[in-house]
Amino acid sequence: MSWILILEQSLNGLQFGLMLFLLAAGLTLVFGIMDMINLAHGSLYMLGAFIASTLVQATGSFVAGVLLAIPATAILGMVLEISVLRTLYARDHLSQVLATFALILIINELTRLAWGSDAALPMPQALSGPVELLPGLRYPAYRLVIIAVGVLVAVLLFILVTKTRVGMRVRAGASNREMALAMGVDIKTLFTLVFGAGAALCALAGAMLAPLFAVQVGMGENILILAFVVIVIGGIGSIRGALVGAVLVGIVDTIGRAFLPILFGIFFQPRVASAAGPAIASVLIYLLMAVVLFLRPRGLFPARG
Amino acid sequence: MKRSIAVFIVLLGFPLAMSAIDNLFYVSFASRVIIYAIAATSLNLVLGYGGMISFGHAAFVGAGAYAASICIAEGVASAWLGWPAAIAASALAAWLIGAVSLRTRGVYFIMITLAFAQMAFYLVNSMKAYGGDEGLPLPQRAELGLGLDLGNEVVFYYVVLFFLALSLYGLHRVMQSRFGRVVIAIRENEARAEAIGLPVYRYQLACFVIAGAVAGLAGALLASHGKYVNPNVLHWVQSGTLMIMVILGGVGQLWGGAIGAFVLLGLEHVISDYPLPWLAAVAPNYPQHANLGVGLVMLAVVLFAPHGIAGLLSRRRGA
Repeated sequence: MSWILILEQSLNGLQFGLMLFLLAAGLTLVFGIMDMINLAHGSLYMLGAFIASTLVQATGSFVAGVLLAIPATAILGMVLEISVLRTLYARDHLSQVLATFALILIINELTRLAWGSDAALPMPQALSGPVELLPGLRYPAYRLVIIAVGVLVAVLLFILVTKTRVGMRVRAGASNREMALAMGVDIKTLFTLVFGAGAALCALAGAMLAPLFAVQVGMGENILILAFVVIVIGGIGSIRGALVGAVLVGIVDTIGRAFLPILFGIFFQPRVASAAGPAIASVLIYLLMAVVLFLRPRGLFPARG
Repeated sequence: MKRSIAVFIVLLGFPLAMSAIDNLFYVSFASRVIIYAIAATSLNLVLGYGGMISFGHAAFVGAGAYAASICIAEGVASAWLGWPAAIAASALAAWLIGAVSLRTRGVYFIMITLAFAQMAFYLVNSMKAYGGDEGLPLPQRAELGLGLDLGNEVVFYYVVLFFLALSLYGLHRVMQSRFGRVVIAIRENEARAEAIGLPVYRYQLACFVIAGAVAGLAGALLASHGKYVNPNVLHWVQSGTLMIMVILGGVGQLWGGAIGAFVLLGLEHVISDYPLPWLAAVAPNYPQHANLGVGLVMLAVVLFAPHGIAGLLSRRRGA
């Protein structure tokens, strides 16, 4: 277990965490402002990846395809918000769960009708090789690009939310919806915009992760749960919490999977270690969430004052 | 009450009718629906009557299914040992998960129950000795003795029907009791219940454990029914499906879970196995996309029937 391996796995964790952040940012705002459980958020991630795969093939350029997929998915998200989700805000959590679960089934089948069960989105040729970061540490260029994009988006989002007027309204809505309404914030339009932005971030994450993971129907369901874990750890409605939670989850998950089996091998017999290591590693983030909730029932950075 | 008895008379006659036309497939299918009805009914106790939105109920079904399957796989086929073991395993799981989760409220409760269910999902996934992610095929169904062969579809049907009747009657009696009144009082106004001195946490935990135990029994029956168990019985989509059954049927309605299980599984089956000629003419492959229809029906229920199907039925009766 050398330090290079540790560094490499930490970068992998950071990369995964930043992509989780893109998903969690939209989800936490939807959750925080409208108190709405949107299980269909993962479906937007899936749609983004499928749309990007088509557009990348059509334009012949990875960058152009991904950049076009983002507004396309944002528009789909806003249409979804205006047509169905808007009527659910006033309903209880149970109705929201049922309706958005129904949306998952519907969107999955429509995707299957339009694209089939999976699609291909290959990595751009220029980025497929490794880069030598430090002597002895060769890291895939594409993963570095993902980290760069993630950091860039996080910074932009941070500026947007803390320094601009729109961001101020979003924060006002998240911390006290009734008060924001009373002060004249047009929550309805604001929310459609927030939802569109969330969908755009989903598309970006879906398209960027597509060359690493498979683009297939159902890809949204598993990552959705991770995104929920992230926002619950971070505190619902808090962008900062989403960032901290996402990086935490990304690193704990990646490091755990890489090193727990080795660590267990030191203390236990190989037979026990090979069985228990991966098992504990995969429950580590849920354990983390349970501990955080037990100690701080409202997450690390509660948004509502 | 009269209605419930009428429904059970129909359910009792069903396998006889199916045997007469020699269609045992439907007897087996009905057993599966009834097992899901038991699981959904147990969730309804927590969700509908207790007002606790648990998003991890599949963990208890799974705990029961795995406990019972492991008994059979290890050569202990007797249902008299396997099923109590399943109930004990899931009650224990519910007690542990409930004890931690019930300290949180609202959305956080939803998410923490989900997190625990995911942990259970990954744990069984890594149980290499019992099939891991490939699942565990069973050599036989559980053995009940008493001259009843559970391998026979009709006998199995009557056994699961007996347990559904027992669960519904139990739910009915529990909700009439002092315990049930307290659980509903807590759902309606937790702060007030606490203020008049009711031990809210203990009542909620008891409710959670009872529901978990019944779900475990459903899991044991499910494993015997398919002679197979795999980690997907604990997947979060499975928890979601049970919730959907309850919401679809009617939250906090005695028959809610059962109606939801019947409608959801029935709908899936009808769409995928009975192509409508006119629709098949337009879209020949549509039965492969049964979930589209299921999703649209679910969405319509949320938007137009907020109290579920049982709510629709009782409103019509009231009018």
